[in-house]
Amino acid sequence: MSALVLAVAPALPLHTAGKYVAGAYIVFVALLLIYVAIMAIRLSRTERDLVELGRELERRAQEDSGRDLEHVP
Amino acid sequence: MPPTRNYGKGLRGLSLATVATLSVALALVFFYAPLDADQGFVQKIFYLHVPLAIVALCGFMLGGLFAIGHLRTGDRAWDMRSYVAIHMSLIFALGALITGSIWAKASWGHWWVWNEPTLVSFLIVFLLFATYQPLRFSIDDPERQARYASVFAIVAGAFVPLNFIAVRLAQGFVHPRVLTLGGGNLPGPMRLTFLVSLVGIALLFATLWKYELTAKSTRMQLRALRRRVLGDDAIRPLGRSAAPS
Repeated sequence: MSALVLAVAPALPLHTAGKYVAGAYIVFVALLLIYVAIMAIRLSRTERDLVELGRELERRAQEDSGRDLEHVP
Repeated sequence: MPPTRNYGKGLRGLSLATVATLSVALALVFFYAPLDADQGFVQKIFYLHVPLAIVALCGFMLGGLFAIGHLRTGDRAWDMRSYVAIHMSLIFALGALITGSIWAKASWGHWWVWNEPTLVSFLIVFLLFATYQPLRFSIDDPERQARYASVFAIVAGAFVPLNFIAVRLAQGFVHPRVLTLGGGNLPGPMRLTFLVSLVGIALLFATLWKYELTAKSTRMQLRALRRRVLGDDAIRPLGRSAAPS
């Protein structure tokens, strides 16, 4: 597929302005990647908080069930 | 507990549309649009730089419109929308400034031209909105922070089209004028490529805006939930922040 695309693609004059065009598009991709990385860090923090919350709820559920068993005659 | 808002609804479809449109735009830029007779290959930056600048400016104005919603209704969700729109626009504007600078170097031989009205006016708009976050950060009370930030967003948002019109009316510019209300002087394939690129970048803005809103809303709801389950003492108090809380 990629060979077909390259076969029909016009020859791009990368030798002259190529570095500037590449630079501009790399800046765009880099900005996107930095944004995604920041959001990934925040997401991991959210996940950590959720895990902590889940553990707390589980601990309380166990405590409640233990208390219920104590009251069984 | 704050009201639950489902910002993530439709995010998957929007993301897929963004990826598809940007992929088509890139293919058109490099394999379909003809080389510019004057600038040659370096003109390919146009399809990235101009949509980034247009979407950033529209995003700043959108932030102003959302801020009107906040002042009219008092609903803090509008402040959040305004904050995220301006936040995203700043990132897009930074991209426009850097890509524009690279294009200027390739085309004019200078990274920056201080006597070019389009460049300098865009920088002024960028710097104006760059003060939005420090303004928010300097106000402790969340209610006042949201209100003052909304006033700023409306005034600065109104400044954007005024600034744009003033520059268009200015004489003696060197910045190329290829887009006008009358259709401009872009040939057909170039215009199509540009429009697809513009739609792609606009969709990217919408996706990231929605994504960030969803993330912020999720964190706020999680915090409220933790407070309910663990109690106020277990939750670290929020420090001073520029973001709506």
